[in-house]
Amino acid sequence: MSNNIKKWFSIGSNRVEKKESCDSGKPCSCKSEKTNDGFDQVLNAPTDRRSAIQKLTAGLLIGAGAVSSSCSVSKTDEAKEISDIDWEEYFKGNYKLMTDTEKQSTVDRLVRSYELRNDKKIDMSAAGPIDDVLYGYAFNISKCQGYMDCINACVEENNQDRDSQMQYIRIHEIEKGEGIEFKNGDDTYYHEVPAAKHFYIGTQCYHCDNPPCVEVCPVQATWKEKDGLVVIDYDWCIGCRYCMAACPYDGRRFNWKTPEVPEEEVNKNQHYLGNRLRKKGVMEKCTFCIQRSRNGKNPACVDACPTGARVFGNLLDPNSDIRWIIENKKVFRLKEELGTEPKFWYYMD
Amino acid sequence: MGVFSNLVKDSCKSIVHGNRAYHVWMAVLTFIMLVGAFCYGVQISEGLHVTGMTDRVSWGLYISNFTFLVGVAAAAVMLVLPTYILNDVDFKQAVLIGEGMAVAALIMCLAFVVVDMGGPARLWHIIPFIGVFNFPNSMLAWDVLVLNGYLIINITIPLYILIMRYQGKTPNPKIYIPGVIISVFWAVGIHMVTAFLYQGLPARPFWNTGLLGPRFLASAFTAGPALIIIALAIIRRFTDFKIEDKTLKKLGLVITVAAQINLIMLLSEFFKEFYFPTHHSESAHYLFFGIDGKDALVPWMRISIIINVFATISLLFHKLRNNLKFLYFVCGLLFIAVWIEKGFGLIIPGFIPGPWGAIVEYTPTRIEIGVTIGIWALGAFIFTILARTGVQIELGKIKYKKS
Repeated sequence: MSNNIKKWFSIGSNRVEKKESCDSGKPCSCKSEKTNDGFDQVLNAPTDRRSAIQKLTAGLLIGAGAVSSSCSVSKTDEAKEISDIDWEEYFKGNYKLMTDTEKQSTVDRLVRSYELRNDKKIDMSAAGPIDDVLYGYAFNISKCQGYMDCINACVEENNQDRDSQMQYIRIHEIEKGEGIEFKNGDDTYYHEVPAAKHFYIGTQCYHCDNPPCVEVCPVQATWKEKDGLVVIDYDWCIGCRYCMAACPYDGRRFNWKTPEVPEEEVNKNQHYLGNRLRKKGVMEKCTFCIQRSRNGKNPACVDACPTGARVFGNLLDPNSDIRWIIENKKVFRLKEELGTEPKFWYYMD
Repeated sequence: MGVFSNLVKDSCKSIVHGNRAYHVWMAVLTFIMLVGAFCYGVQISEGLHVTGMTDRVSWGLYISNFTFLVGVAAAAVMLVLPTYILNDVDFKQAVLIGEGMAVAALIMCLAFVVVDMGGPARLWHIIPFIGVFNFPNSMLAWDVLVLNGYLIINITIPLYILIMRYQGKTPNPKIYIPGVIISVFWAVGIHMVTAFLYQGLPARPFWNTGLLGPRFLASAFTAGPALIIIALAIIRRFTDFKIEDKTLKKLGLVITVAAQINLIMLLSEFFKEFYFPTHHSESAHYLFFGIDGKDALVPWMRISIIINVFATISLLFHKLRNNLKFLYFVCGLLFIAVWIEKGFGLIIPGFIPGPWGAIVEYTPTRIEIGVTIGIWALGAFIFTILARTGVQIELGKIKYKKS
């Protein structure tokens, strides 16, 4: 079976082996690994230096702070808490390198910050990848009718900027007769669908197994999780947009301005790496709705599709729908010659 | 250290004193910088959507100018190499000017990268050992290292030489020659790394060609010395600093060779794109001819090619090239031609057509142009200060006096 998988994506088989050693009841190596592996060592060094810088800067600013606080009588406890949170958030490290406790404390800070600013509670998760799960996606070109319900569901689920109408998914309307020729297609159509003599095909982030966007990021603000999701730490991204230039699939979006989501429309069920509110000047993209998928649910686009053109599932589960499609349909992927190994397959009935 | 602080004091004095033309020049540059700063202030508070960049064309004028200026910075090596290593007297007076230009160009490069960032406040994430540096995987991380390294080299070598001259001593070659040799290789390095930044992206077929690096070098050695010739001509005219005709003519020869190589490479690219056009040739098609009536870059590119060919051919004639007035004119032409070709003529077509063939054009906004001109003024300002100090020390007008 592992050979079969290798044909589609180049994961190592260690994922499976590790699970076996855990189940076997012997002294478990997974847990001890957690405290002293290379990952944590990398983490500790920069954090120390960073906190040194933090203290230095704090020392420089403390005089100014003392002056301003002794002069202002109006500064409330809440305002002070907000500025404390902002301070901590500014100097925090890269989420990818954080320990579980650090991850939880930044999530707590963000939740508290939202509460202080908007008087509303949000629910934010820092849930990690589930063992033995590798997400994949399949798209049935025969079924898609171009209704764009997936796009609407995606925008609402993922708290995308309503003002600039940012959309992760693009549905291309292509005239029949020339095959899948994207350059003849239109991804901004606005008319009744399905239009005669046209077919529809959707594109979004393909969560490549060999993602070029991850390779080029100068600060490791984007990476591939163990369950195959390519994610972004919005607080670590510096907004250079090199990843955008490196993506051959138009999968990434940039916040050219502060995103606007009306408070009553904010989806409060959030994940740190997923649909939490972004700021201006950072990248974002489809995460296969990490806040849903890691809870065992389908991404919003899959549930919203009225024609059943979208299928999502675990590639490592031999009984999943996605595996059935890959094994029984004539599937293909786009721009395979680039070696990016997308985990997003197309097929026709 | 006493010498150094005296040098700083003396050069500050010489920077703030000058004739009326000098003061007007600096005042104009300051005004333009302030306008640029205002535009950048707007961009900081509103976000990058005040620029013409979009999700479809995500790099624009800033990165174009950055790419071009890396070339100008690398061209300082054109003067450094023969002067220090071959002990060519002709270039000796010009080399400090060349290195001053490299420093100014590098500071402009860094400024263009910073203004292009979505989150300049978070730039500490990219500082090695403090942030998380994706080295050696990311070419941008390499670029941060090589550009800053080159900046340090180009500050320290002239500084050492000037400090020695300031005291009336002769600089010790054993101290500065190793630095010079490093800087020669480093200059090629900054250019290749910047080319690798683009040519390593299979997602953008227009950039994904092995010729990009060599083309960068050839165009750099055209535009860089061209700018240096113009700067030397101005310095010669307005100061007592002696620059012999021989120096300018030798630099002209360098440009002649580089411009021909550059043109040959352009021709080679052109042939590859249009002999048997594929999907991957669409960007070139857009650049040179336009697609579906969308042709914003076509007039620019045509002008660039015409003046490039005209200037290169006219440089081949000794009589024309050795006429200094004509040489200045041709240098100006070449500078503009390469700025177009290697600036937005290289960066913007990389994004057009988009990954799915959509043709969405890019037009810079006034804010973007304001910031760009402001950074150019900053570069001219820094170069003026450096060149003025260097020239005065070389002339012996600023001297160390033991108190």
